[in-house]
Amino acid sequence: MWSAERRLRPLRSWLVPAACCALLQVTGIAGVASQERAIALEKLQSGRVFQSEEVRALQADDFANPGMLWVEKGEKLWNETAGADKRSCATCHADASVSMKGAATRYPQMDGASGRLLNLEGRMQQCRVERQKAPPFRYGADELLSVSAYVSHQSRGQPVKVDIEGGAKKHFDAGRAFYYERRGQMNLSCAHCHEANQGRTLFAEKISQGHSVAYPIYRLEWQSAGSLQRRMRSCLSGVRAELLPYGAQQYLDLELFLAWRAQGLPFEAPGVRR
Amino acid sequence: MTARIQLPAQSRRGEVIEVRILIQHDMETGFRFDDVGKPIPRNVINALSCHYNGVEVFRADMSSGIAANPYLQFYTVAEASGDFVFTWVDDEGRQDTERQRLNVVG
Amino acid sequence: MKRRRFVAGVAGAAATLALPGVVRAQVPLAPASTLDPLIWVVTRGELIRRGRVTLEMPQLADNGNSVAMRVLVDSPMTAAEYVRAIHLFSDRNPQRNMAVFYLGPRAGRAEIVSRVRLAGSQRVTALAEMSDGTFWSGFNDVIVTLSACIDSLD
Repeated sequence: MWSAERRLRPLRSWLVPAACCALLQVTGIAGVASQERAIALEKLQSGRVFQSEEVRALQADDFANPGMLWVEKGEKLWNETAGADKRSCATCHADASVSMKGAATRYPQMDGASGRLLNLEGRMQQCRVERQKAPPFRYGADELLSVSAYVSHQSRGQPVKVDIEGGAKKHFDAGRAFYYERRGQMNLSCAHCHEANQGRTLFAEKISQGHSVAYPIYRLEWQSAGSLQRRMRSCLSGVRAELLPYGAQQYLDLELFLAWRAQGLPFEAPGVRR
Repeated sequence: MTARIQLPAQSRRGEVIEVRILIQHDMETGFRFDDVGKPIPRNVINALSCHYNGVEVFRADMSSGIAANPYLQFYTVAEASGDFVFTWVDDEGRQDTERQRLNVVG
Repeated sequence: MKRRRFVAGVAGAAATLALPGVVRAQVPLAPASTLDPLIWVVTRGELIRRGRVTLEMPQLADNGNSVAMRVLVDSPMTAAEYVRAIHLFSDRNPQRNMAVFYLGPRAGRAEIVSRVRLAGSQRVTALAEMSDGTFWSGFNDVIVTLSACIDSLD
């Protein structure tokens, strides 16, 4: 009764017509002006909406939300000195609830000095190395994740708004191209799930619109908090594509595109997702 | 270990209050394998106790069946103002403690 | 999915749910009973009465790694009559003893909320040990699609 075949049948039954629709829609989208939105601003929905009531309740509970443990750890690290000059984040930025309010909503952004695109973690690494004169956190390290959670949390409720003009334009275009490019053994692009099939059920889950406003999230599957890049790698794994290393330029460009795509959605870090 | 406790801001003597604790811990089950196939040894918080003004009011024996970053919510009767002291230990023998004061009126 | 629609249609607000026979038949049965060796260690063969114990869990777990659990025992929680301990058993996890919560008259209320791991769809049993030496039990059946412990993900 519960043979593998039976489980596959529901997948196959929606996949074929969906894939056809997706193909039409995706090629249609790729053909229009680059700043046209596949999902209109007023139709944007946070991933929270696609989660179950239990998961939403856990995110809303500021005490029990496991992501808050990373926020708390991040607050401790914010005040911890490092480097030869014994500077902490607080040395320059004082009270994060004031100085960092809204900061995360403007990332990724161009760094004037280096001409590179930086996400929030990249900016923190830059501060650590150049201003604190301390060794950088390893990408994916718990410390970096904790401070990122703490800083992102200060922007909770603030709408996402990134700048895609000037130096950022080429990164935005690259991110957008990556989003609509098919990849992996399953030959799917991000749009196949998160645009063509958002709101529909894939196995036991509802496919979200794929926004980045809740990151870093506590993911039940990871039994831990994790970054947006970790989630992207999970997606790549899902379509059986090559996992690019953390910090890869493609991820950064994609982060910029996603932030533009979610424009106006309020930040909700730390999110809880299944 | 990062841990947080939640007690009511204020309580009356004799009132049944809600006590919550959330601890950052992997609660490694011992059934997982790393990416080269080596088993990851079990390490869970196996015992936790809560003392209120020096008297044990709650105790838990836990195993891998409790989720990572364990959350516990239980109840106790508010008596005198004083400290709630939580202590816990994991399979590796790492012990930690966290405390919070409860204010009781009446 | 047919199974999920069936479950959602039948369940309503009930805290406990008897799974349709076709699903139960798939689960290797190890129900909590007087004969179960893990239960016997606690009860020493004493009769286990049904009732007074309510175990609330979601019908369908988002992820077996973290499933909300609330156990409530009907007891006055006075010095004369109280819950001594609540034992949680899984009938399918590789480690069937999940937890033991020790209470007492100072608890005021015999209720514990936590989050548990479930390795597959199963029945979770809560066994309450009373101050008068009696044992009472309740259970909850949960459907789990992404299992803890045995599904390696990420």
